[in-house]
Order: sequence, then C-alpha cells, then structure tokens
Amino acid sequence: MSGVFNYINKKSPIHALTGASKLIVLILWSLAAMTTFDTRLLIVLPIFSLILFKISGIKYKDVSFVINFTLVFMVLNNVLIFLFSPEHGVSIYGTRHVIWNGIGRWVVTKEQLFYQLNVILKYIATIPIVILFVSTTDPSEFASSLNRVGVSYKIAYSVSLALRYIPDIQREYHEISVAQQARGLELNKEKEGLFKRLKCAATLLFPLIVSSMERIEVIANAMELRGFGKNKKRTWYSSRPFRKGDYIAIIASVAIMVISMVLNIVNGGRYYNPFI
Amino acid sequence: MNKKSPVVTIVAIGIGAALFFVLGRFVAIPSPVPNTNISIQYGLLAFMATLFGPIAGLLIAFIGHALIDFSYGWGIWWSWVIASGVAGLVMGLGTKKVDIEKNGFGTKDIITFNITQVVAHLIAWGVVAPVLDILIYSEPANKVFLQGLVGGIANIVTTAIVGTLLAVAFAAAKPKAGSLKKEN
Repeated sequence: MSGVFNYINKKSPIHALTGASKLIVLILWSLAAMTTFDTRLLIVLPIFSLILFKISGIKYKDVSFVINFTLVFMVLNNVLIFLFSPEHGVSIYGTRHVIWNGIGRWVVTKEQLFYQLNVILKYIATIPIVILFVSTTDPSEFASSLNRVGVSYKIAYSVSLALRYIPDIQREYHEISVAQQARGLELNKEKEGLFKRLKCAATLLFPLIVSSMERIEVIANAMELRGFGKNKKRTWYSSRPFRKGDYIAIIASVAIMVISMVLNIVNGGRYYNPFI
Repeated sequence: MNKKSPVVTIVAIGIGAALFFVLGRFVAIPSPVPNTNISIQYGLLAFMATLFGPIAGLLIAFIGHALIDFSYGWGIWWSWVIASGVAGLVMGLGTKKVDIEKNGFGTKDIITFNITQVVAHLIAWGVVAPVLDILIYSEPANKVFLQGLVGGIANIVTTAIVGTLLAVAFAAAKPKAGSLKKEN
C-alpha cells in the first residue's frame, strides 16, 4: 500500500493477532467508548490503549502527524461546543456551580467543564485504538477479516477492490490534473469564483470517470469469467487461524463492553454524576 | 438505472469507493470560507448512485467515507459515515427511473436528479448526522444542527454543479440506444 493507510510492519504480539480479532476489538472498544459517558471508564481506556501502543512497538514519531492533526480537530470541536452551548453540562448534570461569570451568556460552570472533559476523554479513548488498528493491520488482510466477522464476502470483496485501486486512481487523477493544467485548467486560482472552480473540477473529473467505467467493465468481466459469486462461501489467501492471543484479545474487549453496559445500568443512565 | 449483473455492482462499489476516497482525501478545492474544503466526492456519489442504484450508492459512500476516516486516524466518526451512506441510498432510490446509458440525460432527468440530491442531502446532513451526533456523542443540539445545515448546503451546491455536469457529459459521450440506423 502506498502509505495512505500508514501500515507499519513490525514484529510484535499485536501484529501477530489476526486481522479479524483486531477488528472485533476495534468495534467493541469503540462501541463501549461511544455508549458510555462514565468518566472512570473513559480514564481507564486511554491508559489501556497506551499500554497496547507500548506492546505494539509503534513509536510516537511514526504516528505524530495523525495525532497532531486530530488534536487540532478536537480543540476546534470543543471550542464550538462551548460557543454554541455553554450551559449544556448544566442541563445534563442538573446542578450549577459557577466558577467564573464570563462574558454575556458564556458563563464557565463546573458542570460544563466536566462535560467537555468527558468529550475530550471520549476522543482519547477511541483515537489511539483506531491508529493502532490501522498501523498494525495489513490492508490486504482487512477484507478477509470483514468476512470473518460476518460481513457478506461480496461486500468484503468490494472493500478489498477499493483498497487495491486507491493507489491506481490516485496516480491517474494526478496525471489527468497535470495534463489539464498544462492545457490551462486551474483549480486553485484564488480569483476565480466558486461556480467556475466547481466547473473546472467537473471537467477534470470527467476523464477519470470514463476510465473508471472502463475499469469496472474489465474487472467485472474478469471476475464473472472466473465464476465469482457462484458459491455461498469463499476462502481468503490471507486469512489465518485464531491463536491464544486472539482469544485473549476478544475476551478482554467483550469484558470492556460488558463493563460499559453495567456502568450504564449502575449510573442509571450514560452519565457518571459526581455533583450529587 | 438499468438492470446490471451483481458482479458489476460489486465492482462498481469497490471502484466507486476508491474514487470517493481519492476525491475526499486528496482533492482539495478551497472554498470562500477559510479552512474549509469543498467535498466534490458527493457530485461523484450522486452520479454513481444514478448509474448503479441505491445499494451501490449506500455502500460507495459508507465504505469511502469510513476509509477516509481510517486514513486520517481520528477514529471513525460513525454519525457522519452513516449519514453519507444514507445520502447515497436516497440518491439511488430517487433516480431509479433515470437511465443515462439508455435514454441519455435530458431536462426531465436533470430535474429528477437534482430534486433527489437536494432531498438526500437534507435528510443526511439535516436529520441523520445531527441526530446521531446527539445520540452517540451527546453534543449540543444547536451546534450539530447548524454544522449539518452548513455542510448540507455546501454539498447540495457542489452536487448540483459537479454531479449534473458529469452526468450530462457522460450521457453525451455514450451512444444512445437506437442511434444506429439501417442504411438502404
């Protein structure tokens, strides 16, 4: 893969897990982090993911770009939340402890800060596990993993085709855009109006669409000739049998999911409320 | 859309998702608003959904968008990925009667195409994305609805221009059914 997905090939217990079990962990982990707003669990999850990072041998500098990028996104989102709804935390937790009277309606309350802390923790709980998944799972194993966790093999094959053709289409797009620029078509001219720019984009896209349609026909014919879709099941070259580590990973992530659900019941809702 | 072999649909989903990904990830057209880019992938999505149907539209958008999120590594923002899929689905459902390859893309088709895409974007960004944001991430309602509305309107304009132009150009390049006449 052309580095788009940042797969880093190393030898570690996490790389040795099958793609399917890593996908299950990813799904259950993000589901658990998505459903809960319990601060205690949201603090534990990032600590776990840091430990997993350590085990995987992926270094901070390998993924620093992604992390910085995400941090900016996270800060922006939090600023927006505060600007739009400074009393959101109060309406969730039901109490109101003012820290600073602020400007106009933007009053800083303990509840709002606590709510936004939870939002940040939610990011920190899910993002590392996604980065870990992407950097330790071979893209060519990804499609077979999807099939393994129950997605129909036809759809899994679509995903596999997409991953296979992204670099090709990327290269082709670049060639077309350079060729069109040589003929005087420009996308980034600051002076041009929005309509003109979009029109240029369509002109640029058209050769790409035509060649992609041809590509679809060729690939579909080749697959049909080989009898694709005839049987209900399909085997994958890259799929591996489950080992001990896979079972441990799956059981651990099921446990996290269960804890998250139990906490939802114990707290009588999704929020852990320290104010009462 | 006309009837196609299931294998063609599967391949169209794969290639469509790859196109969606490349356009969404690497093609940045700066918009008048600073720091925001125009997502021309939705113009492509409307075109592909018209050609290959609702299921293809749904999966192209869903897979393409999920891969974009994966490659950025900010986690998968499920609410928006699902909203993209819904947009693709509605685009395919509304344009079932439009058959570019057989009948070309006339004025009536252009109107159907654009009404469908406006409805699709309104449902996806005006309803699905904000409601899921509230349910999953418990974000404040006024923030997510405004975000959805701004994104939705930008996508409607983009799809109206890029999608329509693509479909018109594609129809013009394709020989229509019955365009050959027998010579005497």
